[in-house]
Amino acid sequence: MSILRAENLTKTYQSGGRTLTVLNSVSFEIQPGDTFSIVGPSGSGKTTLLGLCAGLDRASSGSIYLNNIKLDTLSEDERAAVRNQYVGFIFQNFQLLPTLTALENVMVPLELRGEKRAGKTAQELLERVGLGQRGHHYPTQLSGGEQQRVSLARAFANRPKILFADEPTGNLDTDTSATVVDLIFELNREAGTTLVLVTHDLELASRTQRIIRIKGGNLVSDTLTGNRIATN
Amino acid sequence: MDREIPNIKPQAASIFDPWLWKMAWRDSRRSRQRLFLFMSAIVLGIAALVAINSFGDNLSRSVDEQARELIGADLVLSSNKEINKSTEQFLAKISPERSREVAFPSMVLFPRSQGVRLAQVKAIQGKFPYYGAWDTQPADAVALFRKANQNRQRVALVDDALLVQLNAKPGDSVKVGKLMFYVAGRVMKIPGQSAVTTTVAPTVFIPYGFLPETGLLQRGSRATYRSYYQFAPGTDVDKYLKTISSRLDKLGINSDTVTERKEQTGRAFADLTKFLNLVAFVALLLGCVGVASAVHLYVKEKVASVAVLRCLGATGRQAFLIYLIQTSLMGLLGAIVGALLGSVVQLMLPAVFGSFLPVDVVTEISWKAVAQGVGAGLIIAILFALLPLLVIRKVSPLRTLRSSYDDDVTGRDPLQWAVYFLIVLSITGFAYWQIRDWKMAVGFTAGLAFAFGVLTGIAQLLMVLVRRFFPVSWSYIWRQSLANLYRPQNQTLILVISIGLGAFLIATLYLTQTLLLSRVQLSSSGNQANMVLFDIQNEQKAGVQQLVKNHRLPVLQNVPVVTMRLTEINGRTVEAIQKDTSAKIPDWALTREYRVTYRDSLISSEKLTAGKAPYQTNDQVYISVEKGYLERMKLKLGDKLTFNVQGLIVPTIVGGTREVDWNRIQTNFLVVFPKGVLDQAPQFHVLMTRVGDTQQSASFQRDLVTHFPNVSAIDLGLILQTIDEVLEKVSFVIRFMALFSIITGLLVLSSSVIISKYQRIQESVLLRTLGASRRQILLITLIEYLFLGLLAAFSGIVLSLFGTWALAYFVFEVPFSPNFAPLLAVVGIVTSLTIIIGLLNSRGVLVRPPLEVLRAEA
Repeated sequence: MSILRAENLTKTYQSGGRTLTVLNSVSFEIQPGDTFSIVGPSGSGKTTLLGLCAGLDRASSGSIYLNNIKLDTLSEDERAAVRNQYVGFIFQNFQLLPTLTALENVMVPLELRGEKRAGKTAQELLERVGLGQRGHHYPTQLSGGEQQRVSLARAFANRPKILFADEPTGNLDTDTSATVVDLIFELNREAGTTLVLVTHDLELASRTQRIIRIKGGNLVSDTLTGNRIATN
Repeated sequence: MDREIPNIKPQAASIFDPWLWKMAWRDSRRSRQRLFLFMSAIVLGIAALVAINSFGDNLSRSVDEQARELIGADLVLSSNKEINKSTEQFLAKISPERSREVAFPSMVLFPRSQGVRLAQVKAIQGKFPYYGAWDTQPADAVALFRKANQNRQRVALVDDALLVQLNAKPGDSVKVGKLMFYVAGRVMKIPGQSAVTTTVAPTVFIPYGFLPETGLLQRGSRATYRSYYQFAPGTDVDKYLKTISSRLDKLGINSDTVTERKEQTGRAFADLTKFLNLVAFVALLLGCVGVASAVHLYVKEKVASVAVLRCLGATGRQAFLIYLIQTSLMGLLGAIVGALLGSVVQLMLPAVFGSFLPVDVVTEISWKAVAQGVGAGLIIAILFALLPLLVIRKVSPLRTLRSSYDDDVTGRDPLQWAVYFLIVLSITGFAYWQIRDWKMAVGFTAGLAFAFGVLTGIAQLLMVLVRRFFPVSWSYIWRQSLANLYRPQNQTLILVISIGLGAFLIATLYLTQTLLLSRVQLSSSGNQANMVLFDIQNEQKAGVQQLVKNHRLPVLQNVPVVTMRLTEINGRTVEAIQKDTSAKIPDWALTREYRVTYRDSLISSEKLTAGKAPYQTNDQVYISVEKGYLERMKLKLGDKLTFNVQGLIVPTIVGGTREVDWNRIQTNFLVVFPKGVLDQAPQFHVLMTRVGDTQQSASFQRDLVTHFPNVSAIDLGLILQTIDEVLEKVSFVIRFMALFSIITGLLVLSSSVIISKYQRIQESVLLRTLGASRRQILLITLIEYLFLGLLAAFSGIVLSLFGTWALAYFVFEVPFSPNFAPLLAVVGIVTSLTIIIGLLNSRGVLVRPPLEVLRAEA
């Protein structure tokens, strides 16, 4: 049983009276625990595909099944509930809430689920990403790499079944990128989470088991890299 | 395959969910500065509202108390009939605090100067006046007079005018009837003496106890019996009066209360109340404008955080509630702080102004005003924040991936219409709460909606025009500032609306204030008559006029007066009506002697309310009656009144009614005949003139009494002075409140512009990073704010002209002719303020390194 299945996903926009097709009938399936990259040049439709898969947007046609739940028919709030239960996110620009401390940022998904031990769990996660002492700092008081580590801790806080990462190293220097990437794969392995990575960094993509390439909104290739399956 | 997984149903977000409160608190920590600005709009609006309502309450109460001096008591009952035993019992029961007075005309003689003339004798008993004090020379004469009743001393007080005329002075004796009295003092002013219509001659005051011994009051003598009452503080005298009015009518007793006297003293009091209500309304609206613009900009900044929350699984409702809780709490806090500030301000005002305050204001915290202020603050905080906050429900989580995504917040939301409806409803409700008149409340709201619509239209037109005719060849600075007016992230709409509405409200207040002040001045004595000459016989008319001219005095009015009595109403005799207990027509109106004039047109103190001015056709005489008289007599147009004009029966028809402004010192009449009917009837004349000082007055009166001893002269100077003092206080309150509210308006406007700084910071930092000079950034900011400020202020002023015209026409019923110079000053002040604050906003960007600014403002 797949964790994510895309069936003929198409996304179009109206612009200046013309119809722009950003994604054109893309289909694929990902198994639980897989690591998976979506690569392609800028404007190819990668981020659009990620948004659709994570339930952040609706497709113009086609269907998305996440953990066997058909997302297309759900309301925005129902999709929010799905995200809270099954999905974790890592963004290129970290997307931490600037008004909350690092610890509170990690607590948010847990608190949204109504978990009682949110603070304790969040502290453990911060320690796991090496920021146990920085919990009370605000995002502006942290470096880019630290912010991304907080965002990693937040992404794993609700023990997601699937983690979506949009250019997770796009805003980081090479050394920091390496640390963050290692951490992503480590945590992913430990939690047995499915990882969907959007990047145009082929070296990063090559660390996943499977790469699909998007160009001009079309899926042009789907390759297995031969990496070991990352299940426990 | 499509199975429903449990738990994907979103949690029903409840306002009581503690996490929402926790998040609201956490989120507020780094946004305090912005929230403080939002709060400041409420604090200022509510502070002004509470200060105005409570200080206004206190002021108008103080003015009210001083207005009591116009009558000297809470209630005055008077009758031309002798008081019998049962009536006396009834009168005694009305209030334990009662003073009695019997007034009648009599000849008085001053033996030393041998001066004799007809005077008004008033025999007084009790503590009258309860409000205000006698003004006598010497001052201790009053105390002597008050003791006279108990001590059986024959002490009298005499009007200044009479002493001057008859060349007498305190210390002389005056003979009233069979008794001789010692003149203890000269009366300069006494409360309750301001009714021009009842004062027919200068007065001699004697102790009540000596009245029988004077031998002047025989059965059938023409006398007026008055009772002055004081009630416990807080008693609603008018309400009480209603309960006894039918009995009073039956007994032929007239009543006079402070309210009635205030009405007579002028519309100044009614205007004052309306104006204070208007000012409070405007203060609250300014708060609303501030709240709406502050939250609008606050929400714009929060959209990114909301998108993240949505991404992490928060529902739209949860995100919305977080910010609703935040704004409501800040609103409540702002309202409480505002109410306290308002109370403190109003308590401190008399201390600050000290001797500048012409009214002795007793200030106390009005808890009612505080409660109303807190309630109103919370309601406006929620309602006006709701509109921008609703957008939060629609923020798409996709914004986390695409910052430019804005499809989510541009669509129309049906709930928005519901909020608009609630806002309109609450503004109408508040307007009604302040003015208690549905028609006007709806009118106010419609006027505001119109202003809002026009400003929105103007802002949008500006954006379209600048884009359409963009001056591509102009310098970079001009292009950048002009482009700022329509580009995404522009603040044109919000600032034009908030500054425009602010300028509109400020200018409307200013114009209304001027409008009312001009009327208060018109009412005061500036160019009005202050001396009335009565009882001028036909053959003396020319002589008196000549005498007036000899003394270089103006003849302001000269009207003929014919006395008559009413005999029939619609064919029923007065006697029959008197016997008919169901007729409910006051006795005084049936039995009084009518003093009537004749003319074909209305004079400046009169306004036609129905029918026509007096006229005559085919031997039918159409008279004009005063509106209140028509109502009291239960008459309508076309009713027939028959008068006995000194033996000749004259049938008339009620052809029109007039509203009389009793505030104006003119000879006003209940009944006016057309010309050509009474011209040959026995008549006397009343002449009105204006004398300069007491010296001129005395010399003129001495001359008058020598040549025309039968002519009475009343110097209204002192009466007018009392009225003037009251009106001066009214105009002070109007001026002060307008100024207070205008300052509030400017402060609220300032906070709206300060909030807009966050819109431009990132951009200015970017320009700075790219190498823009300090001058370039300042100029770009200056030009943008100049356009916004100028356009908004100018539109606001034009709107205020319409607004004030409507207020003048519908609410205050006065002609409106605006003075444009101060309005240009308002445009200048508002525009400069906008520019200065705009420039101050960008100061931070200019003095600190770009990165530091970005981090600090994040």
